[in-house]
Amino acid sequence: MPAVQETVARVRAIDVDQYKYGFVTDIESDLAEKGLSEDTVRFISMKKCEPEWMLEWRLEAYRRWRTMTEPNWARVDYPPIDYEDLYYYAAPKGTKSGPQTLADVDPELLRTYEKLGIPLVEQEILAGVEQRRVAVDAVFDSVSVATTFKEELSKAGVIFCPISEAIREHPELVKKYLGSVVPTSDNFFATLNSAVFSDGSFVYVPKGVRCPMELSTYFRINEKNTGQFERTLIIADEGAYVSYLEGCTAPMRDENQLHAAVVELVALDDAEIKYSTVQNWYPGDAEGKGGIYNFVTKRGDCRGKNSKISWTQVETGSAITWKYPSCVLRGDGSRGEFYSIAISNGRQQVDSGTKMIHLGKNTTSKIISKGISAGKSQNTYRGLVSAHRKATNARNFTNCDSLLIGHDCGAHTVPYLEAKTSTAVFEHEATTSKISEDQMFYCQQRGLSEEEAVALIVNGFVKDVLQQLPMEFAVEAQKLISISLEGSVG
Amino acid sequence: MLSIKNLHASIEDKPILRGLDLEVKAGEVHAIMGPNGSGKSTLSYVLAGKPDYEVTDGSATLEGEDLLALEADERAIRGLFLAFQYPLEIPGVATMTFLKTALNAQRRARGEDELPTPAFMKLVREKADGLGISTDMLKRGLNVGFSGGEKKRNEVLQMALLEPKLCVLDETDSGLDIDALKIVSEGVNALRAKNRGFVVITHYQRLLDHIRPDIVHVMAKGRIVRTGGPELAHELEAQGYAAYAADAA
Repeated sequence: MPAVQETVARVRAIDVDQYKYGFVTDIESDLAEKGLSEDTVRFISMKKCEPEWMLEWRLEAYRRWRTMTEPNWARVDYPPIDYEDLYYYAAPKGTKSGPQTLADVDPELLRTYEKLGIPLVEQEILAGVEQRRVAVDAVFDSVSVATTFKEELSKAGVIFCPISEAIREHPELVKKYLGSVVPTSDNFFATLNSAVFSDGSFVYVPKGVRCPMELSTYFRINEKNTGQFERTLIIADEGAYVSYLEGCTAPMRDENQLHAAVVELVALDDAEIKYSTVQNWYPGDAEGKGGIYNFVTKRGDCRGKNSKISWTQVETGSAITWKYPSCVLRGDGSRGEFYSIAISNGRQQVDSGTKMIHLGKNTTSKIISKGISAGKSQNTYRGLVSAHRKATNARNFTNCDSLLIGHDCGAHTVPYLEAKTSTAVFEHEATTSKISEDQMFYCQQRGLSEEEAVALIVNGFVKDVLQQLPMEFAVEAQKLISISLEGSVG
Repeated sequence: MLSIKNLHASIEDKPILRGLDLEVKAGEVHAIMGPNGSGKSTLSYVLAGKPDYEVTDGSATLEGEDLLALEADERAIRGLFLAFQYPLEIPGVATMTFLKTALNAQRRARGEDELPTPAFMKLVREKADGLGISTDMLKRGLNVGFSGGEKKRNEVLQMALLEPKLCVLDETDSGLDIDALKIVSEGVNALRAKNRGFVVITHYQRLLDHIRPDIVHVMAKGRIVRTGGPELAHELEAQGYAAYAADAA
């Protein structure tokens, strides 16, 4: 049997066993009543001890959401979601919504994060790395359970805390920026999130400060039939710099779970935000049973002159991904970047890409997207590059490559280009290729197993993007890519 | 070391090898010459285990072990190396990375320890220098943008690094100018050893001026039709393959 054919056969045999984050933490939860109503919104707001203005903000979003319909333009297919059959709030029992020290955290939760390879102990560091420390905010279902290195960060003036805490402790910042990038009316899922978001991270880096360490948030969905609606807001004030990473996992469950997050980034004059994602939600089994629906709105606003926002994502999980991290290049001379690796296997469906919206003069953007499809998956890149008529000299470079493994998967590229100024220069390159049997044979003739050969070729394919990740995460991501494709090569 | 008996192989049901016999002893260099379409490259692919080729009859053993029962990577690990006529490009994978992955895969499979990076680097530099391969070339994507000569030198570098028992060279001289041919041939000659066999497949005699064979075979219609000493190559050069080609038709 030719090598690639065999590869395909093995893809078909992909098994959920490969998802090693699929365990369930046995912990009692506080749940809101099933379904969504104004009362649910009030319940969440009350649980979070929120001020009145926040509740009003949520209710407005909720009422608007009731008038909206779910978008259906993405190249994904799933049965209708019953929004009344979900829990909108789940918190491990005993967690107060207020901040707590690590000593207060339920040991069962600490073990969960330890199992996931995420240290919630301040002295520790991520695997294989020396001298670099990473501050972690851990979000379990609807609440943040721990945030490390808070004190040290606050010495530098950096605020890094759960957003529920920021709403209470830093209302002036939250009021000013929340919803300023992704308004409550933005889209169906973002509006839903605005009504019921439970937790997420808040970061503020003051003027001229270079954040002294990597910040990261690990999201974990544990509870059954629960939506996770995280909300993250990151603000880099003038001349500030911050690098932030989020990681996501969930248990294996037969039911689909909804994850509708909103992430807003604001970069003021000369500020830079680097946002990296390693998304490894449970993808469902080989037949497409279970898995996370990942409907996410991520947008960065380069509000200031010469500001820069860079998105890097490694997307390996989720049954369905609907996600377009975008940059609004408002400030003159600002720059947006999007680096993406999207891997789909089994029955996964990915519709992901970016939007680069050039509003200011001399703004530049760069898009490097690498899609890898295996099994019976469908992988779509959807990207918009637009230049407003005042965006003189807007520049974009897009490179969009797809790699197919086997014969039953699909790769699609849907670019939208709109230039309203004649001075704009957009470049678009796209390729679609297959791992050829000849390449496989060449590698195997040198002694590499089929599995090693595919991993080597794929890692070569995604190299440009992996290089954009902070070093320690690049190593993790590389491993994750191999694991994700394990099914495709036995 | 290599023993092929009555080998028949087809691609897409089209028979290419039709009863080929060949015995190569350790330390020997065998040249296989023949007209286009005689099945020379097919022989190299069948030996190396390329998918798509179906062996319909006969046997091939390396040091007594049945090659045909093994996957391509297992044959490589047993010490069979094929220098490709058209080496493949793998974008984004640095040549150095590829070499290291291959060497360590073979070492692991043989139950040896992986070579630590500093020792590996030293080894590669040593072998690469002799072949005029620059550090820059080692950093570039495997065979990506390499000239014909660079690709062939890179094949010989891999051969030198992996130290196979049996080397099969498929038209290694194609696309080489005379200088490159010299470098490549010297690289191959440096690897000649008592415990190593070579099968050198070529259309032209000129390669055999540089890599001197012990035995020359003429292949036509998927089998060996004549065997002789080095003088046979000269005879072919003078008279051409017309006699065999006509026969093959």
